[in-house]
Amino acid sequence: MALDKTHLEYPRRGYGMDHDRYDWSMLSERPAVRWPNNAKLALWVNVGLQFFPLNQQGKPFGVPGGMTMPYPDLRHYSLRDYGNRVGIYRFLRAFDEHGITPTFAFNTRLAERAPYLLHKILKRGDEIICHGWSMDSLHYGGMEPAQEAELIERSLGRLRELSGQAISGWLSPARNESEHTPDLLAANGVQYFCDWANDDMPYDFRTDTGALVAMPLSSELEDSYVLMNNLHSEQSWLEQVCDACDLLLQEAASGGGRILALNIHPWLLGQPHRIGKLEQALAYITSQSGVWSAGAGDILAAWRQSAQ
Amino acid sequence: MKEDPGFYDYWPYDNRPKISWPGGARLAFWVAPNIEFYELDPPANPHRKAWPQPYPAIPGYSIRDYGNRVGHARQMAVLDKYGIRGSISLSTALCDHHPEIIAQCAQRDWEFFSHGIYNTRYTYGMSPEQERDMILDSMQSIHRHTGQHCAGYLAPALSHSELTLDLFAEVGTALAGPDAGFYTCDLFHDDQPTPIHTRSGKPFVSIPYSLEMNDTIAYVVNKIEPRRYGQMLRDNFDRLYQEGATSGTVMCIPTHNYQVSCPHRLRAFEEALEYITGHSDVWVTTGREIARHYLDNHYQQSVADIAASSGGH
Repeated sequence: MALDKTHLEYPRRGYGMDHDRYDWSMLSERPAVRWPNNAKLALWVNVGLQFFPLNQQGKPFGVPGGMTMPYPDLRHYSLRDYGNRVGIYRFLRAFDEHGITPTFAFNTRLAERAPYLLHKILKRGDEIICHGWSMDSLHYGGMEPAQEAELIERSLGRLRELSGQAISGWLSPARNESEHTPDLLAANGVQYFCDWANDDMPYDFRTDTGALVAMPLSSELEDSYVLMNNLHSEQSWLEQVCDACDLLLQEAASGGGRILALNIHPWLLGQPHRIGKLEQALAYITSQSGVWSAGAGDILAAWRQSAQ
Repeated sequence: MKEDPGFYDYWPYDNRPKISWPGGARLAFWVAPNIEFYELDPPANPHRKAWPQPYPAIPGYSIRDYGNRVGHARQMAVLDKYGIRGSISLSTALCDHHPEIIAQCAQRDWEFFSHGIYNTRYTYGMSPEQERDMILDSMQSIHRHTGQHCAGYLAPALSHSELTLDLFAEVGTALAGPDAGFYTCDLFHDDQPTPIHTRSGKPFVSIPYSLEMNDTIAYVVNKIEPRRYGQMLRDNFDRLYQEGATSGTVMCIPTHNYQVSCPHRLRAFEEALEYITGHSDVWVTTGREIARHYLDNHYQQSVADIAASSGGH
């Protein structure tokens, strides 16, 4: 019994990463970032506006939050749809009450299907980023490159057409990518993407087709991770958000500007028994001094300006 | 395959010879940060998949990279604050990839012990020669980069063979005699150090490295809320501290910088450290120092007591 000899060979064992997408760097060793008006903490509230098709294909896997029952899985379809009909309007009231500037990550198919909602968001003037075509349109390793190129072009092109916005940000469904996704995004005019959970600050990401920035959208603090994956209580989600806010503010005092990124979904936190916890979280964060609520694109622009 | 790994004999937590820690401490406390490197595209082990998704598995890879880019410095600052030297369970390829982290830890006189080369290279399916080569490579890496003789082992991703502990003890002897390869963190059968049988007969000890207090087991496997984790750490300490009045106990917190150092989790960990180190009669130490003290002062007595109480081998 033995493994093939490649198991004891280490071709990428050298300085830095084991791939060429970005440079190795420790946050603690980087120059301090300055936010506008000397804010300490940028608050990035990212709202996933998602469409989970009833006829889910599940390729290469069923998306978390998607259909799990035999067709037609009405319970999951309609409970996710609840977020776009009911929950989101609770979100919008909470944002207005607490002076939040959110960012909306739209599945393009939802923007097509819910023009009222799209126009409501557009009228607010908040930034929209592309969240792929639908929650069942995953980008994955081994996917046919031409098929992915078409999917990305269609998702971005149609959302730009519907919204009239430039759409420079991207969040992949389930944060899943193929080996080509970053190259295809840059080729299609995307400036930043939010799939990688390896930093608390933006960093430069290499592609074959141009520059891209990875924006740090925390996955571990996301509502679906805490509430749906971990089955933590609503109260615990609130405590975790407040603890994160405290720690990042404390770190910002010596380490430079930080980002508190809350990725949230109206089908989860928009429920009547949960919305109060979101409101309490927003009230707590915005009551701290030095908090700057801004869209992802504005945070990125400020980061770029600070780095110059 | 065997019914029992054969590393130790039954030895009740009842009427054991008293363990005395330095300074009359009741409890030996150590923190073991796992500083790991996971490869984005490792060779596929036939017995265990590294990642759930096809290459590139960004969710799993990127959060682990977070531990090195962001979490390490954060946890190190907290350990500094409470006067704790980490005992690092090290993916030794990290010496090559991220020497800055190694330098920061070495400067603080932290201990480095072997956790294999990469946490995406599993022991399953290796021949004894391959496993020996891997262990040797890892121990030599630690010595080359830090000057330390590696004393302890935690198999990469807790992937073992029947021979893992024997091979580790023997490679240690070949490299530095009794100064290397004398303790393991791979067994979870006790709250005190226990003698371990190895085929070379070398004095060798298992040091408690709690799976229950391990942040990744708590957060990822058991999905525990951060404040409950903090409470579990304090409860674990309280009981071991109480029992340590009779005979010395060991408490370990194994950590991972991609778990415990996230902004929403560090507070629970820090509060537990503040609580634990706020007690007198706690020996805040390292895995190597616990193992060394035990081997020098209690090992023979334990072996004799085990033989008397269980019939021994």
